[in-house]
Amino acid sequence: MITCSEAIRHLWEYLDATTDESTREAIEEHLARCRACCGELEFAHELRRVLASSAHEDIPDGVLRRLNETLEELGP
Amino acid sequence: MSVSVADVETVEDAADQAERFRTLAREQLPQLYSIARRLVGGDAEDAVQDCLLKAFQRFGQLREAAAGPAWLTSILINCCRDRGRAIGRSPQQVGLDEMNEFSLFRKIAYEDPFPYSDSLHLDFLEDFGPEDVRAVVRELPMLYRIPVVLVYMDGYLAREVANMLNIPLGTVLARLHRGRKLFEKQLWNYADANGLLRRTAR
Repeated sequence: MITCSEAIRHLWEYLDATTDESTREAIEEHLARCRACCGELEFAHELRRVLASSAHEDIPDGVLRRLNETLEELGP
Repeated sequence: MSVSVADVETVEDAADQAERFRTLAREQLPQLYSIARRLVGGDAEDAVQDCLLKAFQRFGQLREAAAGPAWLTSILINCCRDRGRAIGRSPQQVGLDEMNEFSLFRKIAYEDPFPYSDSLHLDFLEDFGPEDVRAVVRELPMLYRIPVVLVYMDGYLAREVANMLNIPLGTVLARLHRGRKLFEKQLWNYADANGLLRRTAR
């Protein structure tokens, strides 16, 4: 069985389903027996959600206006 | 001076090209600004301005309209990189070996002096608002900040980021791994510095 640190190294790729099949199987075998790494997985999942949900920031009206002015000035 | 048919067509082509560029760029402005804010903070507007000027000059190089958003993003990344070199600590100062072993989950669940709770590690994250998360991301060295922002916040695939930055996929994956370890460590430091740990303890 792979060690905790090996399992943890691939947890985010595992969440993305981007690991190869043998790594995925090794992680699932490890998770079935390791409660601590199940906690790591749950935490990694939540951390991803927090990052994705923090992405958007509205563009202020003044900035949008100035950038649009720049675009209008471009041309042949 | 006489104006040939070819000259008229060239002028019309150029006007048409400028208009197509404006249409693409207008649609992408909110997204470009949002990415730039996370990469260079207060320099975001200037970075997007740089990006628009550079992208317009190179618009002829864009072969497929569908690739437009990723193409604009890759130019923005270069503009942010140029502006952001001074922001964020270099990886050498962080201690890569120590960072690779860091686990925020274990730090919170096992090493934390507060009374044990099954959901303490989730409670910890609840205290971070979007502003806090973006502030922590901006603390990452640019090398790691770029893939973390593009993959974990904007949903690009690691493979797409490799193409955008013109580096091997393995390099992107290694930077993502180090980037998220460093992000975890800096979340803890930020919580400590801003009093979030004391709130978790209540």
